[in-house]
Amino acid sequence: MYQTRYHRPGSVAEAAELLSKAEDGRYVAGGHTLIPTMKHRLAGPSDLVDLSRLSELKGISEKGGTVTIGAATTHYEVASSDAVRKAIPALAALAGMIGDPAVRNRGTIGGSLANNDPGADYPAAVLGLGATIHTDKRKIEADDFFTGLFTTALEEGEIIVKVSFPVPKKAAYEKFHSAASRYALTGVFVASAKDGAVRVAVTGAGANGVFRAADIEKALSGKASSDAIDAVSIDPSGLLSDIHGSAEYRANLVKVMAKRAVDAIG
Amino acid sequence: MTTVGMTVNGDPVSVETEDRTLLVEVLRDQLALTGTHVACDTSQCGACLVLIDGVATKSCTTLAVQADGSEIQTIEGLAKDGDLHPMQAAFNENHGLQCGFCTPGMIMAGVDMVRRLGKDLDDETIRSELEGNICRCTGYVNIVKAIKAGAARM
Repeated sequence: MYQTRYHRPGSVAEAAELLSKAEDGRYVAGGHTLIPTMKHRLAGPSDLVDLSRLSELKGISEKGGTVTIGAATTHYEVASSDAVRKAIPALAALAGMIGDPAVRNRGTIGGSLANNDPGADYPAAVLGLGATIHTDKRKIEADDFFTGLFTTALEEGEIIVKVSFPVPKKAAYEKFHSAASRYALTGVFVASAKDGAVRVAVTGAGANGVFRAADIEKALSGKASSDAIDAVSIDPSGLLSDIHGSAEYRANLVKVMAKRAVDAIG
Repeated sequence: MTTVGMTVNGDPVSVETEDRTLLVEVLRDQLALTGTHVACDTSQCGACLVLIDGVATKSCTTLAVQADGSEIQTIEGLAKDGDLHPMQAAFNENHGLQCGFCTPGMIMAGVDMVRRLGKDLDDETIRSELEGNICRCTGYVNIVKAIKAGAARM
């Protein structure tokens, strides 16, 4: 690992100030992506600004049909939250599928979203539920947030403060995971909103990261049954192809996982 | 160099370290607590698990400076006054190890399971919860038995 300087700010404002003064600084929360990357010398930030202990970024609340989760809330805290389990059980279940228990003890929702790994789980829930990302500067809708592999709409130094999820009528997440890494080889989040709109978000499969499967959404808007997905054709040309699976294999997985999610919703 | 202050197994310690130094390096190299193992060094195997403020954490994926001000418990801190912790005793009685290299992490994982899920753990839960702890002797059957027995006694 290259040399770095660690900072533990007392507030979000101080964190942003520290990062703005750093030569090549990075925020760290759970650190379970960033520190392994630094160990491989694939990242060498001059400064690390620790967001994980900031009380402004913590906590879960449910009010008026919206679940709000602080950015530094861990996967374990989301998975075990009574409020999340009751309002959006699919979101709690998704958080409980990330990595392994020790990863879930440290990893945070804000860190996962800011990193936007193409195989990460949270982007599927955020896009599938049409969540809003609140930063220290503005609000960003999920449809505008994910802009490509490991890339988001966040500006340099911008900090995710919390994420608010509209409570759907029904939702489910089905994931085909890599047995080694637990990342999604393909994961599909299906949500039926209170107004009847259906959103389908796919992670793990897209060559540009998480995306909405418009054709599946269209098929389900006519008939909310897994049979409706049979007729959909997923174009493999925009999908990832790697040692874990070809684009064609992932295209099939998108349909299979979407059908399982629709069946799970019932 | 940065001064990191922690409570390790009940004792206050202060170490001088670089900000890039991993917690497991401080524990093993500066504090001579070599019960915490490094196996994969890629955040996957769980051999390096320690409790930070009671929460099982991969010490190979945590900087020592991140633990400044925290209470750390390692495998060496589980036994009290010469008596093995119930989870350690259960591993001994159920032969929950072959070569023993993964054992400290397995035991810390078992202690963390009880914190999160309580003392009454079934086999399926334990197996699912062990997805982040790798035993290369493939000795999981007795590890599951040991965690189940140790949890019941905690």
